[in-house]
Amino acid sequence: MIRMIARRTVFGVALAGLTALAMPVRAQDTIKIAYIDPLSGGGATVGEHGVHHFQFLVDKVNAAGGVLGGKKLELITYDNKSSPQETLLQAQKAIDSGAKFITQGNGSNVALALTDFVAKHNERNPDKQVLFLNYAAVDPALTNAKCNYWHFRWDADADIKMQALTSFMKTRPEIKKVYVIGQDYSFGQAVRVSARSMLKEKRPDIEFVGDELHPVLKVTDFSPYIAKIKASGADSVITGNWAQDLALLLKAAADAGLQANWYTYYAGGAGGPTSVRQTGLEHRVFQISEWHSNVEGAEMQNLNADFRKKYSGSGWWYLRAKNEMDMLVKAIEQAKSVDAAKVAAALEDMRFKDAIGAEVWMRKDDHQLFQDLYISSFGPGVAVDEEGTGWGWKTVAKVDAKDTITKTVCKMDRPS
Amino acid sequence: MLELVVFSTLNGLQYGVLLFLLASGLTLIFSMMGVLNFAHASFYMLGAYLGYQITRTIGYWPGLLIAPLAVGLLGAGVERFCLRLVHRHGHVAELLFTFGLAFVIEEVVVVLWGRVPLDYRVPALLDFPAFTLWDTTYPAYKLFMLVISVAIFVALLLLLTRTRVGLIIQASLTHPNMVAMLGHNVPRIFMMVFGAGAALAGLAGAIAGPALVTQPSMAALLGPILFVVVVFGGLGSLAGAFIASLIIGLVQTFAIAVNVSLNDVFLPLGISLPAPAVLGDLWNATLAQLGPVIPYLLLVLMLVFRPTGLMGTRET
Repeated sequence: MIRMIARRTVFGVALAGLTALAMPVRAQDTIKIAYIDPLSGGGATVGEHGVHHFQFLVDKVNAAGGVLGGKKLELITYDNKSSPQETLLQAQKAIDSGAKFITQGNGSNVALALTDFVAKHNERNPDKQVLFLNYAAVDPALTNAKCNYWHFRWDADADIKMQALTSFMKTRPEIKKVYVIGQDYSFGQAVRVSARSMLKEKRPDIEFVGDELHPVLKVTDFSPYIAKIKASGADSVITGNWAQDLALLLKAAADAGLQANWYTYYAGGAGGPTSVRQTGLEHRVFQISEWHSNVEGAEMQNLNADFRKKYSGSGWWYLRAKNEMDMLVKAIEQAKSVDAAKVAAALEDMRFKDAIGAEVWMRKDDHQLFQDLYISSFGPGVAVDEEGTGWGWKTVAKVDAKDTITKTVCKMDRPS
Repeated sequence: MLELVVFSTLNGLQYGVLLFLLASGLTLIFSMMGVLNFAHASFYMLGAYLGYQITRTIGYWPGLLIAPLAVGLLGAGVERFCLRLVHRHGHVAELLFTFGLAFVIEEVVVVLWGRVPLDYRVPALLDFPAFTLWDTTYPAYKLFMLVISVAIFVALLLLLTRTRVGLIIQASLTHPNMVAMLGHNVPRIFMMVFGAGAALAGLAGAIAGPALVTQPSMAALLGPILFVVVVFGGLGSLAGAFIASLIIGLVQTFAIAVNVSLNDVFLPLGISLPAPAVLGDLWNATLAQLGPVIPYLLLVLMLVFRPTGLMGTRET
């Protein structure tokens, strides 16, 4: 018995030694930013491309000398498999390994769980507070009923985008029959509701011929849905789908040769452009975003070109990620600290001239960033193309930041 | 309307026959060894990944041949060197073994190919619209999937009913001891059937890879529905598996096309639920939203009312 214990102890020590050896040697004084998003499953392509964005930005900041007089940033990535439960486990892991900032974007259901978790964590651990930097989860609730001091959002929320998109649709008389299809979770439902109510108000003559919610990131063949859209006689489709759910939807539409106009949030994501090109929907797929690769501005143009060189042609998507990192760095410098409460205080109400020379504003009331939005269509005759298709995004309408400002019901508690 | 029916039928049939490619092997293995092979969908996934790898190095068509053969060999190996040993410890051990194997295969796939979906493309030869009906096109590749799967079904049926090998296999399904007495090597028959089942799954993977998505979760997405097909169709019955596959495929596709909710059904009868009721979500959910659940509901009903399945002769 004793021998066995002794043997076990020796084994245990040896194992501990091995793990210690296997641990990567890390500089102790880096500022850790945890990236928590799907790196497997249907959201993986988009999640992985997000990692490329943030790694590129972190490398840039470090190459320019880091922050606070030489401290380096470090990006650590966690796979949440698109699941809220898994996200909380990963967030705890991230905090345990010393992350000060958590960034996440794919899935508002995930963001809602995470924002609650961060608020509770910060309340219980005043000495280990962290910030949640949201670069893409756009459920309006995050900056309204569910807002809190530790959450900041850089993307325009779903209602702001739908407001802009429907105002644009109002000017297109050829739209007569609209079909709404979305993912069956908080964000997809929000899009469905706002699309209906806003279009009804702006274009009462438009008929809704279909309204569909499908399982999130589980459908691998959208042909049955496309057949239904086709049969409904819709001339336009509105969708908030992202990642695989958008690429495969457009792919099925391409296979069936569905000739409709698409009003989307995320058609620029992986696989989308290829499918649009394949169907030949010349300037009939629209996207609303804060930036696309043909928006003027040398800094972003150069950044996109460098990024494509590094990642074998895959283009830059998120100006908002750039804004997030730039504003974070500025806030850390202003606060002269990485303390979450102090950095949050510096971020609140920050006005910032972004990489395309426009002013963006982080509203203090709800931590929502306001920025210019672009509606663009996909087709030939542009300077920068996507996915090697020869087609690219072209601005068809621009909405100024001041016209996107919405009311908020957020009432947040601030640390005293 | 007719258009929707025609295309839903085509889509449903195509999904159904794909299910059958997988279910045929699974049902034979199940009825022969009495064990649900949880790793069966993993062989399907391996077929897709190997198909992708061979497509990249040699080409699509060799891949379509080599990938199923490789998966079949692997399946035979698994039976010969693992399952046969585990068999001595009873069905539970076998079940646990295949369950573990499914995880091992998934992890191996992740290590070798990563978690991100692969860019597995339809071969250029089949990348065109096969025909156009009411200005909706139907891709040639899907037609190809349909034709291959039906051809395999016919071939299997002929093999099992018209050849000596088929006779022996059928005999070992029900009377393995008697077949052994007659001098046949029953363990070898088991191995061959397991290998052939895996090869069919591999073939399904290789042809489904480009059309659906080749990713590590593809086995987990399809696995549960396969068990539904096998139990629904009845143990050991190839024809049952075929009919069940088609029913499940068609039901799932047509469910999406129908926008009827319980509310719509009962409202004309004068029954309605007070607006914000607890069950409001279920009450107002359309059949399209409930679509993914329907096969499992069918499974439950089948087990309650006809435990032998559609065409099975034994109880599950």
